[in-house]
Amino acid sequence: MALPSTVLLDRADFDELMRALTGRGYTIVGPTVRDRAIVYDEIASAADLPIGWTDEQDGGHYRLVRRADEALFGYAVGPQSWKQYQLPAQVTLWRARVDEHGGLTDLVEPPADPPRLAFLGARSCELHAMGILDRVLVGATHPDPADRARTADLFVIAVQCGQAGGTCFCVSMGTGPVADRGFDLALTEMLEDGRHYFVVEVGSERGAEVIGEVAHEAAGEAQIAGAAAVHDRTAASMGREMDVTDIKSLLYRNLEHPRWDDVADRCLTCGNCTMVCPTCFCTTVEDVTDLDGSHVERHQQWDSCFTVDYSHVHGGAVRSGTRSRYRQWMTHKLATWFDQFGSSGCVGCGRCITWCPVGIDITEEVRAIRQSEEVARLTGGCTSADD
Amino acid sequence: MLARPSEQPPFTSAYGPMAPERFEVIAKRQETADTWTLDLRPRDRVDFPFAPGQFTMISAGGAGEVPISISGPADDPAVLVQTVRAVGLATEAICAATVGQVLAVRGPFGGSWPTEVARGADLVIVAGGIGLAPLRPAVLDALAHRDEYRRVVLLYGGRSPDQLLYPEELARWAERGCEVLITVDSAGPEWLGHVGVVTRLLRRAAIHPQRSFVLMCGPEVMMRFVLETASAQGISADRVYASLERNMQCGIGHCGHCQLGPTLVCRDGPVYRWDELGPWLEIREL
Amino acid sequence: MQTIEDLIAVAPVFDGLSKDYLALIADCARNERADAGKFLFHEGDLADRLFLIRSGTVRLEVYAPGRGSLAIETLEAPEVIGWSWLFPPYRWHLDARVLVEAGLVSFDAACLRGKSDADHELGYELMRRFAAVMVERLMATRLQLLDIYGNAGAAV
Repeated sequence: MALPSTVLLDRADFDELMRALTGRGYTIVGPTVRDRAIVYDEIASAADLPIGWTDEQDGGHYRLVRRADEALFGYAVGPQSWKQYQLPAQVTLWRARVDEHGGLTDLVEPPADPPRLAFLGARSCELHAMGILDRVLVGATHPDPADRARTADLFVIAVQCGQAGGTCFCVSMGTGPVADRGFDLALTEMLEDGRHYFVVEVGSERGAEVIGEVAHEAAGEAQIAGAAAVHDRTAASMGREMDVTDIKSLLYRNLEHPRWDDVADRCLTCGNCTMVCPTCFCTTVEDVTDLDGSHVERHQQWDSCFTVDYSHVHGGAVRSGTRSRYRQWMTHKLATWFDQFGSSGCVGCGRCITWCPVGIDITEEVRAIRQSEEVARLTGGCTSADD
Repeated sequence: MLARPSEQPPFTSAYGPMAPERFEVIAKRQETADTWTLDLRPRDRVDFPFAPGQFTMISAGGAGEVPISISGPADDPAVLVQTVRAVGLATEAICAATVGQVLAVRGPFGGSWPTEVARGADLVIVAGGIGLAPLRPAVLDALAHRDEYRRVVLLYGGRSPDQLLYPEELARWAERGCEVLITVDSAGPEWLGHVGVVTRLLRRAAIHPQRSFVLMCGPEVMMRFVLETASAQGISADRVYASLERNMQCGIGHCGHCQLGPTLVCRDGPVYRWDELGPWLEIREL
Repeated sequence: MQTIEDLIAVAPVFDGLSKDYLALIADCARNERADAGKFLFHEGDLADRLFLIRSGTVRLEVYAPGRGSLAIETLEAPEVIGWSWLFPPYRWHLDARVLVEAGLVSFDAACLRGKSDADHELGYELMRRFAAVMVERLMATRLQLLDIYGNAGAAV
């Protein structure tokens, strides 16, 4: 392509970039402030972005705070993820009429005609999460064509994080902070000496076409180095870290570790972590009839492994208590996901830590188990059970 | 990922895997006080090929969907046979279906019984309670190819004589070359057969450990004890296959409910070789 | 023609017992046959014999008024019936009905107990073996009690 692979986009031209997308029939979805959080929604112009906002995140803590500058992307990630577009919270699978013998007739599936979406502001961890979720949905034994259709024609503008969030640990998980694939365009926001611009990496031909309409100045070595410095600074300031060495084996051999009882004392099984996690994919199916039972719809909606019913078999729930449910969630995310889908399920976005009402920290839980093994090794096994 | 033991026919629904097909009830037989067998004919396609051990997701009239193992002979795919026990809303609605009623069926899903591993050897089938229903296609398949096996043995345990499935058929299987041993947990004076747990039949049948392969299905407690008894007799865990039950909802490895440690039961199972999954079954509330 | 000793030697419950001891306990034993329908003993009878089944089927039962005979368990070759002869008051707790004509080896219980008292080593060997039989029966009975095929509650 004629365009160089890295160009500069001036802040003043940002709306033009968005118009270049809407002009091609894309509906732009991006971050915006609502209810004191940064959520994803359809946006029309740069003014809808969380300009001048940043987030303060820690275990069970999330606050929006005003920045001293007018950065468009000066924050980490909010409670939502892009999974609501890949796997919507509620989907009607089909509708049917019920005849007088209780049989189904006139079954129709809702037409698959999703809007063409452009994601603006996807972070590296989120791109990895989308890939992981895609592998689960489309890699199912009999993939549902509706799943693929939702994001078949997705345009992605990634944002390279300008700062790490208080609960971020993408570096530990190998999922960031720099996105190197999976995007059409990737932006690094630069604010320096009164100048506000973006270093734009082109990731695809159509990305080149879109940015080609708006920006033509190639990035110089100084600007590219400046962007790289931002990336390095972000990578060095992660809020959390997790040692993932051999983590599958670590968890597989500690399924009866006393730490699970410890976390069970704190966990409320509220399921927040599963709602905010960008890779949690569990859904349940519900048949809904009208009052006289003559019409039925089947709904698929998000479910959580923290509910009692989740593991119900004839006779009762397999995971009857908090301990086994928390263990299921964490070992699935970090260990059994490898056996089921060939990768980790965690991208280190930190949402589960931020949005846990009691601040349970998955990195801390892993650390506790790993350290207890280390202590046992050093002391020859003669140690008290407490860390 | 655990290996799938057998080949099974490709999934061929005209709709997506989450939309059901219509199956009409053409016959209905009551097996026990709470169990019925329904013969279903597909309305949206010619036949429904499946492999022994696979299951479908069935619902009646919008009352909820359940996984039910297929119980008919695999060499007659024109009819889908399902034995269902009425234990809740969804299964009660299915059992209340009348001849002519149309049910919603998705499938077939899951892997199959690896009967071929026992070719030239002894095939030992151990069923507990309603666990005979998922094994029936394997028995019929073995009897249809009887000369491929040395012994074909069925060990069947039930709660009481009136809770046994397919009682007339059991006698016919014996005539076709299957050794049939039946036991019940409790019985009145009219029952002249074995009384006692099904694990005791393993010893009575004089199973040859080096020459036998076991297929089993029943309550998980029963299967653990069958495995213990079998292993005390020298049958190694890599010769034992079990069909497991977890909360299967989508049937396609999509909804996550059927997870059992590293495996998704609807996708990698429900039939597993015991040495592959045994250690995971020992962890309580996994 | 097989001697009583030969018949006892192949029984799993006496597996490993020395030739001398086998001969010793064979002294207490005799061959028996029982027709189908016959009761070997009734609940409350004096438990004065140990039975080893060589062929046929014996059913242990409990009689409940209004319900008739309830089957506890069926036993076949090469199993043994009962251990009530080991402990006072030496009374059977169940009925034993022959279902299928049975060939049995029966031992005089007083004879076995006498020889065990005289030779504690023999007594230990017999106790050990019958304890194992009891353990196996107990485990099986517990499984029966669990009623694992029963309807455990409302589900899907």
